[in-house]
Amino acid sequence: MKLHPPDRNPPDLNSKIEADLAAVKSELSKHGVLTTTFEELYNWGRKNSVWPLTFGLACCAIEMIATTMARYDLARFGAEVFRPSPRQADLIIVSGTVTKKMAPLVVRLYNQMPEPKYVIAMGACAISGGPFRDGYNVLKGIDRYIPVDVHIPGCPPRPEALISAFMALQEKIAGQHIAGEGRARHLKAEEPSEFQIPGYGEHDLEPPNNRTIFPPENPLKVIQ
Amino acid sequence: MNAAEIKAAIEAAIPGCMVSVVENGSPSARHSLLIDSEHVLAVARFLRDDPELRFDFCSNMTAVDWLDTEVTEKVKVPKVVDGIEQEIEETRKTKVSGYLEAVYHLFSMEKKHGPVILRVRTKDRSVPAHLPSLTPVWRSAEYQEREAFDLYGVAFDGHPDMRRILMWEEFTDHPMRKDYVPPADDEAELTEFAWAMIQEAIYETVDVTGAAASATSPESEIMEISMGPHHPSTHGVFRMDVRLDGERVVRLKPVLGYLHRNHEKIAENCSYLGSIPYTDRLDYLCSMTNNWAYALAVERLTGIQVPERAEYIRVIVGELTRLQNHAGVVGFLIQDMGASGTPLMYAFREREKILDLFEALSGARMMCNYMRFGGVRVDCSVEWLQAVRRVVGAFPRFLDEFEQLLGGNEILMARTQGVGVLSRELAVNAGATGVMLRATGVNYDIRKVDDYGVYGHFKFRVPLGEHGDVYDRYMLRILEMRESLKILEQALDGIPSGPIMDPKTKLRGLRPKPGEAYARIESPKGELGFYLISDGTVNPYRYRVRPPSFIHLTVLEDMCLGRNIADVVVTLGSIDIVMGEVDR
Repeated sequence: MKLHPPDRNPPDLNSKIEADLAAVKSELSKHGVLTTTFEELYNWGRKNSVWPLTFGLACCAIEMIATTMARYDLARFGAEVFRPSPRQADLIIVSGTVTKKMAPLVVRLYNQMPEPKYVIAMGACAISGGPFRDGYNVLKGIDRYIPVDVHIPGCPPRPEALISAFMALQEKIAGQHIAGEGRARHLKAEEPSEFQIPGYGEHDLEPPNNRTIFPPENPLKVIQ
Repeated sequence: MNAAEIKAAIEAAIPGCMVSVVENGSPSARHSLLIDSEHVLAVARFLRDDPELRFDFCSNMTAVDWLDTEVTEKVKVPKVVDGIEQEIEETRKTKVSGYLEAVYHLFSMEKKHGPVILRVRTKDRSVPAHLPSLTPVWRSAEYQEREAFDLYGVAFDGHPDMRRILMWEEFTDHPMRKDYVPPADDEAELTEFAWAMIQEAIYETVDVTGAAASATSPESEIMEISMGPHHPSTHGVFRMDVRLDGERVVRLKPVLGYLHRNHEKIAENCSYLGSIPYTDRLDYLCSMTNNWAYALAVERLTGIQVPERAEYIRVIVGELTRLQNHAGVVGFLIQDMGASGTPLMYAFREREKILDLFEALSGARMMCNYMRFGGVRVDCSVEWLQAVRRVVGAFPRFLDEFEQLLGGNEILMARTQGVGVLSRELAVNAGATGVMLRATGVNYDIRKVDDYGVYGHFKFRVPLGEHGDVYDRYMLRILEMRESLKILEQALDGIPSGPIMDPKTKLRGLRPKPGEAYARIESPKGELGFYLISDGTVNPYRYRVRPPSFIHLTVLEDMCLGRNIADVVVTLGSIDIVMGEVDR
C-alpha cells in the first residue's frame, strides 16, 4: 500500500491555480464575500465532527479519558461524541499496549468501521511495544496489522499531545482531495478497507505481521 | 508464632506428614514449611480450621521454576596407579533434577497473625507437572492456580476449572518457565500458509447469526453473550462469557489476559532498580502505591532502612493516590449506571488537581516512578507541602457536594442497594481485601494490621460496611476519602526534616543475599503484595505481584448469579478493577 502524499503539498499541476484561487478568495473576503469550494466545505464538516470509538486498552486510555474531561475538553474540536460501536465511529485511538491476545480484536474493530476511517497510535506501546517490547505476549506496534495515520510518542502521552495529534489529523482531513488522481484513500475503489485478522497460533500470532502493509515504505520517498 | 512451632503442631495433628523448614536467608527471616504433596490438602484444612491457628486467608499463591542443576564435586578416590595405591582427585558431576514449586502465603484475618508460607514441590519439570489443588480450602487460590498452570505448566488436581487464564487456549508453551524462548518475530519468515492467507485476502467473517442462534433454543431460552473485551463498561479489555435466561445471569466466566504484558517475566530479566517504572504501569491509576509495595519488598529482602522524612512523604503521596483513585472509581461507577458525564467530570476535576501535585513532585502526571528502596527519589519543597495543604483543605467541599448530589439519590440507591452482595465468609475465603472485604463488615486494614511505614503515628478510623453490596462499597470509598484527609492533615503537620534516603544505599547493581521476602500494603484496590526471591545476582530469580483486583474477580460470578445483566455492569464497576493489574 502506498502512503498518501502529505496534505500541504497539492499536486504540481494544480498548484498555480490553487494559489490564484486563494488570492481571489482572500481579496473577496475583505469585501465581505465568503467563497468556498465544495471540497473545502465537505472537509470542513468532516474534520470538525470526527467521532472516535470508545476504545481503551491500557494506561493511555486514562489519559484519553482525561482529555475528554473538563480541563482539556476535546469537545472543542468536535470530537466529544465517543461511540461505543465501531459502526458509528470514524477514528480509532489505539490507546495502550496491544497484546497478541488483543491484536485480532483490534483489527476486527478496524474492519468493522465504515470509511472514511482513521487511526491514531497513542503511546510508545501502540507504536512499537514500548517498554513492554520484550514481553512474549506483546505486539511490537499496531502498524503490523493496520495502517496508522498519526503516531503519538510518550508513555503515556499527555492530553496536550493527544490534542496535538488530533489537530494533525484534522489537517490531514482538510487536505484530502475528493476527486482526481490524488484523491483520498477511501475514495479509491482498489484500496483495501479491511485487513486480515491474525489467528491464534501455538506459539505466536499467525501471521506475525501483514506483509502487504508492513513494514511501511519510507514516507520521504513518497513525497518526492 | 514461628515456623518451628507450626511444624510441631502440624506433625502432631497429621501423622505421617513430612514437614521440613526451608530457611530464608534474607533479613526478614521468614522461614517456610515444605510439605509433601500427599498431605498438603490435609495440612491446609488443619491450618484453616484449627482454633488456635485459623489461617483463613490465603493471600498469595504462586509457582517458582527451579531448573535442573549440575553439582560438581572433587572427590578423592583410591586408585592403583603403576602398582602403587594412590589417592587421586576426580571431579564428579551429579545432575540434580529440577522441580516446580507452589508457594502459598497464609494470613489469619480472625487472629490477625501471619504469614505462614507453605511450599509444595513437584517431582520433576515435566509438562504438565502435577500437584494437589488447594482451591477447595481457599477460593482465593482458584485464579492464581490457573495462572500457575498457564504460565508454569503445573496442573492442579482437584481444581474445578483447570484452563489457561491469561494466554489464549491454542497456546502450547508455558512462558514463565526459565527455559522458555519467545518467538523472534522481528524478522520472522512467513509460513506458506500465512502468505496464502495474506495474498488471497481470506478475511475472517463474523458469524452474526450462527453462534447466538444455536445457543438459543426455544425450550431453554438460554442465550450466550460475549461481553467485551471491547465494551464501554468493562473498564478496559476485560471479557465476560455470560449465559442469560431472559435477562437473568445463569453463568458468568471472566476471560482475562487481553492486557497480559508480561510484567513478571520482564522484571525477572531486569535489575531491581529497573523494575520500578514497570510497577507504575501495573495499576496505572495508582503508580505511587505500586512503587511503595515494591520498594517495601526490596527493603524486606535486603534490610535497607528508610529515613523518617521519606516515610512521611510516602504516606502523603500514598494517601493522595487513594483520594484520586477513589474519586475516579466512584465517578466511573456512576457513569456505569447511566449518569453519563457529570459525576465523572466532577471526579476528574479533583483528580487533575492531585495529578498536578504529582507532576510538581516527580515530573510525571501518572507514571511517577517516584519511590526508591531506601526512600524516595527527590525531596519535596515547602511550597509543595503548602500546595498539598490547599488541595486537602478544598477536598471536603467536593465530597460534600458529591454526597449531597448522590448519597441519597433514589436512582443510585435503587441500582446499588442489595446488588452484588458478597457474604462475609466467602469474602474471607476468596481472599477479598480492601473495600471489597470491609464492605462485608470484616475489620481488616493492612495499614492497621501490619503497621507498615509510619501509619502507627496517625489517628484514623477504618470505615466498615454491613451488607457487602454495591452501595456499601460506594459509601465506604467516600468515607475512606474522608479518613485519608485526616491522615494527610496529620502527616503535613508532623513531617520532620532530614534526609530522604541514606546516601550509602546502593540502588544500581543491588545484589541481595539469597533469600525471599513478601511485602504487602493497603493499596486503594486492596492488598497489593510483592513476592521476591533473590539468588544473589542482580536480577530477582522470582518476581511475583499479588494483584488485588485479579483475586476479586474470582467472586464476580458469585455476586452476579441470578441478577439482571444490568447489575453485572454495576457490580463490576464496584469491584474497581484495573486491567493493567489484573493481567499484569
